[in-house]
Amino acid sequence: MSIVIDKSGPFTHGPNSVQRTMFTVLAALAPATLYNLWLFGLPAIFLFLVTMAACALCEAACIRISGGNPDRALGDGSVAITGWLLALSLPPWAPWWVAVVASVFAVCLAKHAFGGLGQNVFNPAMVGRVVVLVSFPLQMTSFVTPKPLFTPGSPGLAESLTITFGRGFTLDGISTASPLGFIKTELSKGVPVTQSLSSFPSLGDMMIGFHPGSMGETAVPLILLGGLFLMWRKIISWHIPVSMLATLFLMGTIFSTLDPARHTSGMVQLLSGASFLGAFFIATDYVTSPVSKSGQLAFGFGVGLLTWIIRTYAGYPEGVAFAVLLMNALTPILDQHFRPRVFGRTRKGEPLPVRGDK
Amino acid sequence: MKLFPILGGIHPEYRKELTSEKAIVALPLPKTLYLPLQQHMGAPANTTVNVGDTVKKGQLLAKAQGAISAALHAPTSGTIAAITEMTAPHPSGLPQLTIVLDSDGKDEWAEPMPVIADPFAASANEIKARVAEAGIVGMGGATFPSAVKLGLGNQHKLEILLLNGAECEPYLTCDDRVMREFAEQVVDGARIMAHALGAPKVIIAVEDNKPQAVDSLKAEAAKTPNVDVVGVPVQYPMGAERHLTQAVTGRETPARKLTADVGVVVHNVATARAVHQAVRLGRPLLSRVVTVSGGAVAEPKNIEVPLGTRVSELLDFCGGVSAAAKRIISGGPMMGQPLPSLDVAVVKGTSGILALTQAETNEHAPSPCIRCGSCVTYCPCGLVPVEMASYIRNDKLDLAAKIGVQDCVSCGSCSYICPSHIPLVHFFNYAKGKIAALDRERRKTEQTKSLVEAHNARLERQAQAKREAAAKAKAAKEAAEAAAAAQAQTNSAGGANA
Repeated sequence: MSIVIDKSGPFTHGPNSVQRTMFTVLAALAPATLYNLWLFGLPAIFLFLVTMAACALCEAACIRISGGNPDRALGDGSVAITGWLLALSLPPWAPWWVAVVASVFAVCLAKHAFGGLGQNVFNPAMVGRVVVLVSFPLQMTSFVTPKPLFTPGSPGLAESLTITFGRGFTLDGISTASPLGFIKTELSKGVPVTQSLSSFPSLGDMMIGFHPGSMGETAVPLILLGGLFLMWRKIISWHIPVSMLATLFLMGTIFSTLDPARHTSGMVQLLSGASFLGAFFIATDYVTSPVSKSGQLAFGFGVGLLTWIIRTYAGYPEGVAFAVLLMNALTPILDQHFRPRVFGRTRKGEPLPVRGDK
Repeated sequence: MKLFPILGGIHPEYRKELTSEKAIVALPLPKTLYLPLQQHMGAPANTTVNVGDTVKKGQLLAKAQGAISAALHAPTSGTIAAITEMTAPHPSGLPQLTIVLDSDGKDEWAEPMPVIADPFAASANEIKARVAEAGIVGMGGATFPSAVKLGLGNQHKLEILLLNGAECEPYLTCDDRVMREFAEQVVDGARIMAHALGAPKVIIAVEDNKPQAVDSLKAEAAKTPNVDVVGVPVQYPMGAERHLTQAVTGRETPARKLTADVGVVVHNVATARAVHQAVRLGRPLLSRVVTVSGGAVAEPKNIEVPLGTRVSELLDFCGGVSAAAKRIISGGPMMGQPLPSLDVAVVKGTSGILALTQAETNEHAPSPCIRCGSCVTYCPCGLVPVEMASYIRNDKLDLAAKIGVQDCVSCGSCSYICPSHIPLVHFFNYAKGKIAALDRERRKTEQTKSLVEAHNARLERQAQAKREAAAKAKAAKEAAEAAAAAQAQTNSAGGANA
């Protein structure tokens, strides 16, 4: 019996751990991911594996350079989440080197240059995505219409290898825009939203994710399911997702009512792009979002608002990644200004008045 | 009865089933008892016996000294074998003056204190004096001298005596058993205390996971008006004084104030029982109920233990401790303290002795903070532990103080829930100790400074007086000389004239 008396209590600890938290998030992502890998076929699977492997290698290299133990760090599961989310944010048929460049920036720059797990200011996966989006806009905005595995249109093994590792897919032949990108382009040509919406996927197709888009963002019901699972497991709370989605929906609804020719409805805003993936899995990243509930509400509101503004007024059809990164930069300030009220004190920190004396 | 929600809080695994159905058993009298003079908050007691004295059960061994202190009595009859420094039942392991009492095995009572026949006709001071005389301290673990707390009615208008039977710490069932088995004594003691406090109402709050305790107290309370028994939600730290007050009355105690400032005084149920025994039976506090539990204990039990019994003897009575023991804790696993050795004594505040295995403590090396915010969500005091810890790590104690580290009650909810297993409470206790030490230092410096200033001022005044005296003397001398010279001149002139 070797008794230890080195610290203060408590001398019991809950079952939670970093590893358990991370793997719960991965489990929550799994259904939407599997569905979308099926939807976009073998090239998507290859790209997913390349991204995961590249991120893991970057993590191991960075930790080895800084003198840590790579085995333990890889075991905590944090880099698996980065790699996974990064893969989900890429066009499913993007070439391998896009994924590798994104991984290097995500893990080495966004995470380890800031000091590693828990120290980064910006969401690593979103940094990786934005770097390749601004560097390789052609590859990053070329999407394909879903061609599910085991269906006639789905590319075979050789063709898939060429798509991911070879010369890429012939952009002119099968490349298409995401719904948001399509509307943006039409709008710039002077076609009102009301008209371009006619060639938009039906709301039903939007719901089941059967439309062009990034690898993991289209299957809204499955992402929602994963998000609800995380809430049930108390990994995330409702504050960020609800405030982000509500803001996005309200902005869409208000402006499409005022000017339907220039604005998509709240429902389209919600169901397209990375709205749900961003709300439940990206904006909720612990490290880069505020720690208090009130701060999280403000953060979610900011992400929703910025997403809508970027989608509407900026050059990019999709705004979640930019919005998240911009709000990440505000997180330290939100943390300073949004704290719970201390028990027995006023919001300003003064002791509550004693009954009777005012 | 309407209840009010409290902030945050956690649901640690309860593990009370190990002992909750074990009726209180008495420990056979140990051969030797070790009685530290400090078993309470405040100044240590002052010995009134000498080595070699024979004492009877209940005889005073040490009396209270100072405003906050408590008397100590002989738990059995025997001889004072030594009064010596011994390891205190505190994680520091520092030595403390201890009376060693060799039992003579006869357990003979001294002349008992007179019974107060009708305590409700007695004055508040009489009750207070008796409680002080009996050496009763807060038995929930805080060990604040009870008589001092019973005097709160003098300065505050009190409405409620809130009797704390929450017992929210995992493992501990000593209060549960006391409430079940001695409900009558608990309710009676509570009524006596309320009388002394001048509080018109008694509310006994018990966590909902102790239905039998609630039932037996309710049956007892039904016999008298003004005593209510209420089940409160199972939510750690419900037993924290301010939180229990909030949950039951909705009143939030202002920071740096007492619950008495919102009209409520909180006492533990076991304290009420001790008050009953002191007032109705004339019996000082000689023993207490201790829960001995944990995965490394062969037969967990609830035991009525004479004060001064060594922990090792108590554990032996429970079949011993297995090699799997990782930590030996006095108190509960959330707020209890690790014991430096098994040779230390059971004291008035020892609610539990736990021998925990690695699986039970679930301790792991800390990993980096991932800012999950759990510590913020679950803090019952509305604090931001993640931020406080980072300030303390960077030696910015003033910033940690500014965001409320001194408002932390060290309940351990944040550490318990932290996925990175960061010992947050450890940081906060360190900071609180350091801030208090710095404050003392600052006050001392200021005091020294003002003393030095006063000293300098005095020297200056003396020098000034000296200078003035010298100047006066000089002026007088000059005047005298001038007068003499004038006189001489006059004389010589006169002489010349003459």
